[in-house]
Amino acid sequence: MSGKTINLTLKVWRQPGAKAPGRLETYRAENISTDASFLEMLDIVNEGLTLEGKEPVAFDHDCREGICGMCGSVVNGRPHGPERETTLCQLHMRHFADGDTVVIEPFRARALPVVKDLVVDRSALDQVMAAGGFISVNTGQAPEANSLPVPKDKADLAMDAAACIGCGACIAACPNASAMLFTSAKVSQFALLPHGRPEAARRALAMLAQMDACGFGNCTNHQECEVECPKGISISNIARLNREFIKAALGSAEELPVIK
Amino acid sequence: MELDSKIPGGPLETKWERHHFDLKLVNPANKRKYEIIVVGTGLAGGSASASLAELGYRVKTFCIQDSPRRAHSIAAQGGINAAKNYPNDGDSIWRLFYDTIKGGDFRAREANVYRLAQVSNLIIDHCVAQGIPFAREYGGLLANRSFGGAQVSRTFYARGQTGQQLLLGAYSSLVRQVARGQVTMFPRREMLDVVLVNGQARGIVVRNLVTGEIERHAAHAVVLATGGYGNVFFLSTNGMGCNVTAAFRAYKKGAGFANPCFTQIHPTCIPVHGDYQSKLTLMSESLRNDGRVWVPKKARDTRRPHDIPEDERDYYLERIYPSFGNLAPRDISSRAAKRMCDEGKGVGPTGRAVYLDFADAIQRLGKAEIEARYGNLFQMYEKIVAEDPYTTPMMIYPASHYTMGGLWVDYNLMSTIPGLFVLGEANFSDHGANRLGASALMQGLADGYFVIPNTINGYLAGTKFGEVTDSHEAFKESEAEVEARVQKLLSIKGKRTVQDFHRELGSIMWEYCGMGRTDEGMTKARKLVADVKAEFWENVTVPGSHADLNQSLENAGRVADFLEFADVMLLDGLARRESCGCHFNEAFQTEENEALRDDVNMAHVAVWEYAGEGKEPIFHKEPLKFEFVKLATRSYK
Repeated sequence: MSGKTINLTLKVWRQPGAKAPGRLETYRAENISTDASFLEMLDIVNEGLTLEGKEPVAFDHDCREGICGMCGSVVNGRPHGPERETTLCQLHMRHFADGDTVVIEPFRARALPVVKDLVVDRSALDQVMAAGGFISVNTGQAPEANSLPVPKDKADLAMDAAACIGCGACIAACPNASAMLFTSAKVSQFALLPHGRPEAARRALAMLAQMDACGFGNCTNHQECEVECPKGISISNIARLNREFIKAALGSAEELPVIK
Repeated sequence: MELDSKIPGGPLETKWERHHFDLKLVNPANKRKYEIIVVGTGLAGGSASASLAELGYRVKTFCIQDSPRRAHSIAAQGGINAAKNYPNDGDSIWRLFYDTIKGGDFRAREANVYRLAQVSNLIIDHCVAQGIPFAREYGGLLANRSFGGAQVSRTFYARGQTGQQLLLGAYSSLVRQVARGQVTMFPRREMLDVVLVNGQARGIVVRNLVTGEIERHAAHAVVLATGGYGNVFFLSTNGMGCNVTAAFRAYKKGAGFANPCFTQIHPTCIPVHGDYQSKLTLMSESLRNDGRVWVPKKARDTRRPHDIPEDERDYYLERIYPSFGNLAPRDISSRAAKRMCDEGKGVGPTGRAVYLDFADAIQRLGKAEIEARYGNLFQMYEKIVAEDPYTTPMMIYPASHYTMGGLWVDYNLMSTIPGLFVLGEANFSDHGANRLGASALMQGLADGYFVIPNTINGYLAGTKFGEVTDSHEAFKESEAEVEARVQKLLSIKGKRTVQDFHRELGSIMWEYCGMGRTDEGMTKARKLVADVKAEFWENVTVPGSHADLNQSLENAGRVADFLEFADVMLLDGLARRESCGCHFNEAFQTEENEALRDDVNMAHVAVWEYAGEGKEPIFHKEPLKFEFVKLATRSYK
């Protein structure tokens, strides 16, 4: 806690709606405490805009603890800004210098259209999950919890993958706007656990087919996603997804799903 | 308002099973004829939507976020309790029940809490089968840890992200039902009214937050799982979007609001550091397993923590509560921290903080072990405070975290409005006057996975439904009211922002209805809140239009409801002539400054009935009967 303040010039993407054209607008952010979070800095700018009778900048956010996955914008060209493994809400202004110009844009991908200003529509990610991001167990069917042991190293790897918050930064970072890191994290979590094996083949095929159908690109190993992921999800999950896909496509009776 | 808790008779252990049998069933082929609306997609709403859909009901699910996976249950860190007794340390369903009812300072129903303990084990079974990566031992079996307020290790956890994992489990079951066509998902919708036809809840009116359109949705029953109202304090550990609106609108339609003054102040949060601050961050209470809480013995000691020698430190929780020490329940730990700071022993730049020190644990277990247990929490702390908790003690202070109060429900989780069910934090049912750690996740999932799928059958099978569509007159009226309120908010065009009003309300409530309460303070707060409310409706400014995404407008509606709701909370605080759990009225305390209950006159649920605009709500009591446990003074010494 330093008690220091800084002044910044912001260039913020403003776009009234999905179909309307957008543009960068310039705002001043003044006397910003370096202990404030990036979103608190935006709050302050928005309070100023509101008092001037202007519409504040729309941005998605909720928990402000880095776990809900709702926030995320591209800051100076990087999803969630410059700090590694940090969501935008957990980025603090001490990482900026007095006088900096900060460019803030929405995540950009064909499958994540802009709703307004910095808010994008990520419902495509829900569709990928609905295609197979689950274990088919109805409430009441489960056997006793300890009836199936899980090796600790596998459980830990599954947890590493399960830490994905579904923010979409990996897609915004990828030159192909691929959702492979996101999809592979879920496929990996279940592939690593014995509970997830019965549907592993189906899951890998269906989630990938849905990913394609939603308009996400494919992975060409740029590894930008891993660098920008606020939760440090490893691209080894993509390798695991590829193995699961090959096993499913060549070595299982599952048919490749056709999704229109 | 009739308050029939509908608690089944007979021995405590068999009440739930017998109730299952007594409830009418809906024929499997008939289930698809019923539509059920679920509002909210946290642990309670997500699990309820999935389970009801699995049974064959047609479910329409609503949430304010862009995806059902964002609900604030996701932020729960520590864990979920169950009475598995895997560690062989003397746990049982009875002990979990007893700890929970005692932890709630004997202000919850025995039958509800016992049921919660009974289904706790089923929740763990189900969540493991869903692929939730709980922590495990090297032998591959599930690991447990101890958690605030318990002397057994019954908490299951997934690193410091248990809420996230459980929520994503419920979400995965929910989207599976979306893919099957059993659930229709409506994200970015805010419920602004419950629609009643012939006294039954038959639908809701929502605002589409992207287009601004007001939509009507009809159904046979409505399930609210809309979370708590901790943001009445403005600063809290809740997500920015958490609000009382859905529950409060239901209250205005006739649902009783129970125990609104029971609000939990969590002891381990990162202290407030500036007036620009938008929220407070919780540091999981699991940290208290290994961290030691202390303040300097001398008031206004400005030395750095390292410069204060051991014998000049007061490990006050260990001193005052030797048998529970740093694991004393939340309300007790919070008040103790406040007391230390009130005595001038607080630390940090504001003097409103105490130390949580890991030096001993690091020495005993090694840094690697501490990192394995709490790595992500330490990282989060360092990001926010820019200090390394491995070398410098953390600073913590209590913050608003959870609300035990909520809409009144009977044993079937139905409110005083027939057909309106309330689950999870939004209801009042299981935690009494204080919630123990790792029991919110348990309750949310118990309600959604195991209680509502059974109890709703009884209502649907036993009720005659007239044909109601969304063109019914009641929907038209409701929509007109909602529209008028939206237009009113936009038309004021005053000089103060919504956030400014919210912050002012929060500081009043924190000061007078927070950890320490007095009659004088709460009376004064009623007047102050009334003034803020009056000014709000004259002087708030809400830019933008009603016909697109307008976050200022969303917040304005929520803050307007908080301003009205705050008065009910204060009235409830004044009406409770005792201290119990989190509710600490300074007039009722022991010589040792502990809460002093009045079991003769105050062993009841306080329920408030809306009486109309500008009128005081009507007070009702549901007496709490204790047939199976003896009311004891809650001692953690």
